[in-house]
Amino acid sequence: MGQKSFTQAIEDAVAAAMKKDPRIIIMGEDVQLIRLNLTARFGTDRVLAAPISEAAFLGAAIHAAMAGMRPIAEIMIVDFIAVAMDALLNHAAKISYFSGDRWHVPLVIRAACGGGYGDGGQHMQSLWGWLAHIPGISVVVPSNPEDAAGLMLSAIDHDDPVVYLEHKLLADYWLEFMGKGGRSTVQYDVPEKGAFGTVSGSPEKVPLGKARLTRNGSDLTIVSVGVGVHRAEEAAMILSAESVECEIIDLRSVVPLDEKMICESVKKTGRLLVVDEDYLRFGLTGEIAAVCLEYGMHFQYDRVATETTIPYDHRRELETLPNPERICRAARKLTGIDGV
Amino acid sequence: MIYRSRYFELVVADLWQQGLISGEMHLSMGEEAICAGINDHLKEGDALALDHRGTAPLLMRGVEPVSLLKEFLGKPDGLCRGQGGHMHLFEPGLLTASSGIVGAAGPAAAGFALASKYLRKGNIAVSYFGEGAVNQGMLMESFNLAVAWRLPVLFVCKDNRWSITTESESVTGGKIIDRVRSFGISGEVIDGSSVAEVWESAGKAIDQIRRRNVPAFIQARCVHLEGHFLGDPLIEIGRKPLKKIKHLGGPLIKSVLNPTGGKVKDRYIAIQALGSVMIEHMRPNVLSKMDPVKILKEKLSLTMSDIRTMEDEIKKEIDAAVARATA
Repeated sequence: MGQKSFTQAIEDAVAAAMKKDPRIIIMGEDVQLIRLNLTARFGTDRVLAAPISEAAFLGAAIHAAMAGMRPIAEIMIVDFIAVAMDALLNHAAKISYFSGDRWHVPLVIRAACGGGYGDGGQHMQSLWGWLAHIPGISVVVPSNPEDAAGLMLSAIDHDDPVVYLEHKLLADYWLEFMGKGGRSTVQYDVPEKGAFGTVSGSPEKVPLGKARLTRNGSDLTIVSVGVGVHRAEEAAMILSAESVECEIIDLRSVVPLDEKMICESVKKTGRLLVVDEDYLRFGLTGEIAAVCLEYGMHFQYDRVATETTIPYDHRRELETLPNPERICRAARKLTGIDGV
Repeated sequence: MIYRSRYFELVVADLWQQGLISGEMHLSMGEEAICAGINDHLKEGDALALDHRGTAPLLMRGVEPVSLLKEFLGKPDGLCRGQGGHMHLFEPGLLTASSGIVGAAGPAAAGFALASKYLRKGNIAVSYFGEGAVNQGMLMESFNLAVAWRLPVLFVCKDNRWSITTESESVTGGKIIDRVRSFGISGEVIDGSSVAEVWESAGKAIDQIRRRNVPAFIQARCVHLEGHFLGDPLIEIGRKPLKKIKHLGGPLIKSVLNPTGGKVKDRYIAIQALGSVMIEHMRPNVLSKMDPVKILKEKLSLTMSDIRTMEDEIKKEIDAAVARATA
């Protein structure tokens, strides 16, 4: 057991896997410096510096995976995956199906995601709902170091494509690179428990599709993922003082979705609030409501998500992304203590 | 114009250091001579497709410093109401659009140029991008499209040799100029730190574009005095090597010496590669040798007191803009 940062936990998991399996290679823009220690330890043939050609190197990663490798393709930030969307949407996601399940693509697509550090709407999107819409790929979003390690190990082991998203507020390296730049004059609202925490010496794999109950409560189920889980926990503390007890589910995987855990909790509380840093419409929030309805459940429902392009202005950005105040407001409305 | 842009960006860097500007900040420092040399040939109705380094081109094109500053500060009365930020600057009145996505200035300029063929005959579009962007499919597709559709685009490759921390040459096949010429686009490689050279080259290219409705290309060598963005870790290594290396050194040595991993030879090659990247950035005089402001001051046939008067006027203007923007 040891205390580790979110990024260190991922790096150690990747290193452990690379040590065991020489078929694992990393590729991406600037990766030799971004993954400095892995480059020094495994050499530049295992950590490949890519040109700014996402469409080409992601497409190549897919087919290298089909031909026996197990690549980790790093798309610096998930917003940039748009440039390589054809490789993901029309190839990675469909090859297993098209080949009659005879050919698989054991590929991890690793990307930083999320906002909260004032970098504008082309660099801070979450996009997991958008990616999850495509059949044939898994999408995971860890919220703490231990899950970050465990999900990375599972993602690497998985025989089909997994998109692994690390939130920039949790990953100290990315926050330093893109948000702080060596300054002590800026502060961002980093969830401490997410950015730093206990990780066992040889971390357990976190199975894809297994959510985690982070708080027990009887009045309301809050489902979230990534940094949203920490915002929900902050809200739950406030609500608890108002005698509203929240149950919180950290999905960890958006695909596969742990439908069972969600439904069991909603059955108990009768109220569902989905907190999602990704866009509001046609996304995770609606999907979870649909799943519960399909199970024939009756419940009250609300959602807190990002409704517009994320504003550059940091103050407005904090209003746009789900925050504890918005979560509390929605929870009060749902539980009927609105205005108390 | 060059000095004004430089002073403006020094002020922006200061605001960023103070924490008044959030996130990243990519400045044009080192690219000013390119922007100025081209800007002088632009007329009303010409369009600009900018990358994430749009400050200098926008200032030179006539956008108010206060409006830009307020945007960087995220104010509701900034150029884009504080919604865009420095990587996403838009000015419809000047047909100027920016993008933080590498290579996106290619298709954007092609589209602006296409519209000008219908609506503003004789007008052109300028596309600004770095040398790292030439490996992006959409930019190469734009080269081809501009030829196939005879689009009046000036493609400007601002070549500082570095794609953030990756030496561009190490991930680029062939020479960029050969690649562009193979599309049937005429172009040349010039010294982008000399405004005279840029002005002359751009003048010829733009004249040809306007007269013949064909694209042209300029590869202008330059430096980024502040690296890729403010706080660039490589520039910081150059400035404070001991502090940075102390921070990186421990885990790095542990990784190199880890009993499991690559072969000794592979590790040696990796460390050599990483070392050469860092050493390259420990020579700040390489950057200052190509500083367009420094070069310009040496070449201008102005007396020191003329230069000082000019500097004072610019400082007065920009400082007043800062006072208004931060009020």
